[in-house]
Amino acid sequence: MDNNAWEKVEIARDIERPTSLDYIENIFDNFIELHGDRDFAEDGAIVCGIASLNNKNYTIIAEQKGRNTKENIIRNFGMPNPESYKKAIRIMKQSEKFKRPVITFIDTKGAYPGIGAEERGQGQVIAKSIETMSSLKVPTISYVIGEGSSGGALAIGVADRVVMLENSIYSILSPEGYSSILWKDASLKKEAAEKMRLTAKDLYDLKVIDNILYEPNGNAKTDIIEMSNSIKKDIIQSMKDLMQMKKEVLLENRYNKYRIIGGE
Amino acid sequence: MIENKKADIPIGKWIKCPKCKEILYKEDVKNNYSICPKCNNYFRLSSRRRIEQIVDKNTFKEFELDVESKDPLNMPEYLNKIEGLRQKTGLKEAVKCGIGKINGSEAIVCAMDSNFFMGSMGYVVGEYITYSMEEAIKRKLPIVIFTVSGGARMQEGIISLMQMAKTSSAVSKLNENGILYISVLTDPTYGGVTASFATLGDIILAEPGTMIGFAGKRVIEQTINEKLPENFQSSEFLFEHGFIDKIVERKDLKDTISKIITMSRGDYNG
Repeated sequence: MDNNAWEKVEIARDIERPTSLDYIENIFDNFIELHGDRDFAEDGAIVCGIASLNNKNYTIIAEQKGRNTKENIIRNFGMPNPESYKKAIRIMKQSEKFKRPVITFIDTKGAYPGIGAEERGQGQVIAKSIETMSSLKVPTISYVIGEGSSGGALAIGVADRVVMLENSIYSILSPEGYSSILWKDASLKKEAAEKMRLTAKDLYDLKVIDNILYEPNGNAKTDIIEMSNSIKKDIIQSMKDLMQMKKEVLLENRYNKYRIIGGE
Repeated sequence: MIENKKADIPIGKWIKCPKCKEILYKEDVKNNYSICPKCNNYFRLSSRRRIEQIVDKNTFKEFELDVESKDPLNMPEYLNKIEGLRQKTGLKEAVKCGIGKINGSEAIVCAMDSNFFMGSMGYVVGEYITYSMEEAIKRKLPIVIFTVSGGARMQEGIISLMQMAKTSSAVSKLNENGILYISVLTDPTYGGVTASFATLGDIILAEPGTMIGFAGKRVIEQTINEKLPENFQSSEFLFEHGFIDKIVERKDLKDTISKIITMSRGDYNG
């Protein structure tokens, strides 16, 4: 945990960093991907589906960056359009119907800023996704595995338990965007990264997240299997606790958790 | 970032309309709902004047909470700026909330204020909005929120982002409790406020010509490298795309809101 904030930004963005699908493949026994928002389109920046682990079924909602240029075109560089969030909302409601707990993986530079995205209500669908997740009547866990930037990350990150990998980052905006807004100079990104408190340790201290998972050899890409096992262990252990809670308690705890962040 | 146009009318008797450049008598503008009598340009309203226009005279009781930003990013200049804005504007923060009557019916009313940090949402704004929603539930009253905001407040970093989760969670409580929530979008409403409570109202109204969006125009232009359509992100544009119930002129807002409040509830008891 010795690297500075900017080094973590670089590790979090590394094209070789394991993506959501790498972890899904390694952690779960089975995975069926479910596509489409049932309204307009299929958007590849968020992957949804059903996964099983030790004979227990879970909903997966995961932001997916491409692992090369070709994939990145399909995945829109992990920047979701409104249809991704509408798909996520649809699958969240389905999880409630079938009482499947929800696991999300967060890895995005942010929701896509485009003409079509605004025409199709990017802000409104993110709001709806946040609201839906905040009142979802099943246990929820979110893992920030790479970049967690802006409302595009939070849209699938309002959970009973939020966990970050050691070198992942989570912030209101990218350091570039932050420095250009606050200091009118995007080149001050390194200074912004230091200032923003976006590392896992920062967010743990601010009580925004509940746990940090350490990365093998200080970098997840050196051993995907080991990293996956560590996430798997966390899922099994955390779900064991959350599954015992009545939904009223679950919801009240979730509400109170977000109610007090920043006030203590 | 949203251009920081001055809301309200500056001191002195005369004012220049930023759109048609006409020199106007201040009192005339005020008596015309702060709309330019020559070109119909909407001046931004302070929260105080907004409440004056919406809430019946002498019925507004403001909520006063003992909350302050904890300055999570350790920026002394941020706390200084808050202090300076307080002295300059007489406001505590970027939103004014309370309880009052609208054409005789009681409601919780919140009005954001662009004079304070461009109406941005940090911990204190999130707290006032959430508290107001909780009060609406407790008192079984409708809640009306006027938004004007550049988005989440950068100076509080991730804590501002988390206010989106907090306020949206509170909206879901309004829904569980059958409380009417009217959101009125006013110029400009952007970023983390658009992507949380502002667009979660049962009824979403907007003033004509209001700019509303998630991403700012400049960010979009830089990303896609092309010019944006003429009325992009205006309330008329959002209306066309199905995101707004009704565009309402400022002079009709009070009556429209009070009508919706009286007409929203049915009496099926099955």
